[in-house]
Amino acid sequence: MKKNKYWETFRFGLIDENPIFKMILGICSALAVTNSVINTLTMTLAVIFVTATSSALISLIRDWIPKKVRMVVYVTIIATFVMVVDLLLKAMFPDISKALGPYVGLIITNCIIMGRAEAFASNNKVILSIIDGAGVAIGYGIILIFISVIRELLGFGTLLGYLIIPVQVPRMMIMIMAPGAFFTLGIVVWIARYWMYHRVSVNVDEVGREK
Amino acid sequence: MSDFSDFLKITFAAVFTGNIALTYFLGMCPFIAMSKSPATAFGMGAAVVFVMTVTCCINWIIYWQILVPTGTEHLQLLCFIASIAVIVQILELFIDRVSPVLYAAMGIFLPLITVNCAILGASLFMVLRKYSFLNTLGYGFGSGMGWAIALLAMSGVRSRINTSKLPPGLEGPAITMITAGIMAMAFTGLAGVM
Repeated sequence: MKKNKYWETFRFGLIDENPIFKMILGICSALAVTNSVINTLTMTLAVIFVTATSSALISLIRDWIPKKVRMVVYVTIIATFVMVVDLLLKAMFPDISKALGPYVGLIITNCIIMGRAEAFASNNKVILSIIDGAGVAIGYGIILIFISVIRELLGFGTLLGYLIIPVQVPRMMIMIMAPGAFFTLGIVVWIARYWMYHRVSVNVDEVGREK
Repeated sequence: MSDFSDFLKITFAAVFTGNIALTYFLGMCPFIAMSKSPATAFGMGAAVVFVMTVTCCINWIIYWQILVPTGTEHLQLLCFIASIAVIVQILELFIDRVSPVLYAAMGIFLPLITVNCAILGASLFMVLRKYSFLNTLGYGFGSGMGWAIALLAMSGVRSRINTSKLPPGLEGPAITMITAGIMAMAFTGLAGVM
């Protein structure tokens, strides 16, 4: 029973509350870093780390945070963990850190993390908050990796730097440029929403959907 | 003279070819949430132009005059986000006192701006590219303008999309994203002007 609750929380974050499909949150980095798989993997790990740790810390001190200044406290906590990740990347993987540029710092303003802090960690226990944060971040990361695989394969013809599509096949340069990111994400969201809409309408009568 | 032409070039690039919304994907959450109607888009756009210009300049001073001399550049993220939050708060109070009309137009958007990643992003880019103070002023203003123009254009397109029939699942964010892709292509085309 107890184990079930943890698994439910994780699954709920992973699928039902998937930040990209359901709430369209955190797409800045979903679009910006997905032109190569290795950058996306790094970004995903960073987001998972920051979401889980900041959820844990916020949940730990939730009773001492005055309601009025909670946003400032959350932002400070998140910024601290992002700084840790940023410095770690700079020291251990300078190349990837350079390629990601300011987007590591921009994890601070990734609405997913703030959203989890506000919606879940501020009134739940520590372990559950970690699981919830990690679940949402992993759900977010899976979509990011999926998009980056499509973009790198079509744009460079490679996966993680290894050549997959022979050089004779022309590359779709648009896929690694800005418009390609919008098109790929748009189509992925379209398919996902279509699928969810169908799945839901068979089982339950969901309120608030058009038609 | 060359300083001034640099200034113009950076401002132009920030508005069009390096558009912060369509090329660097910053501030996408409000971009999709706020582009439902031209009136909201205008208020949000004006607020962003204003805040981005001011925060870029102040963060430039904080970074180059305080953090670099004291050797604490690694605190930039924390300082920038704090200064943005403070500036937005002060601006809100200031506008409320000085011009109630302006406050009515963009007041409700100001609190949302603290978590708009375009604002923090512009400050980080400005440091990364080592702009001078004058160029930072141009960059901050240009980026804000670029974001506002993209938002206004998108809200115009969306008010037409609202009246047309779409396949299931495509309505809302998906079609907005694809439209943004087409707009991004148009903005990329302006690179030739440079």
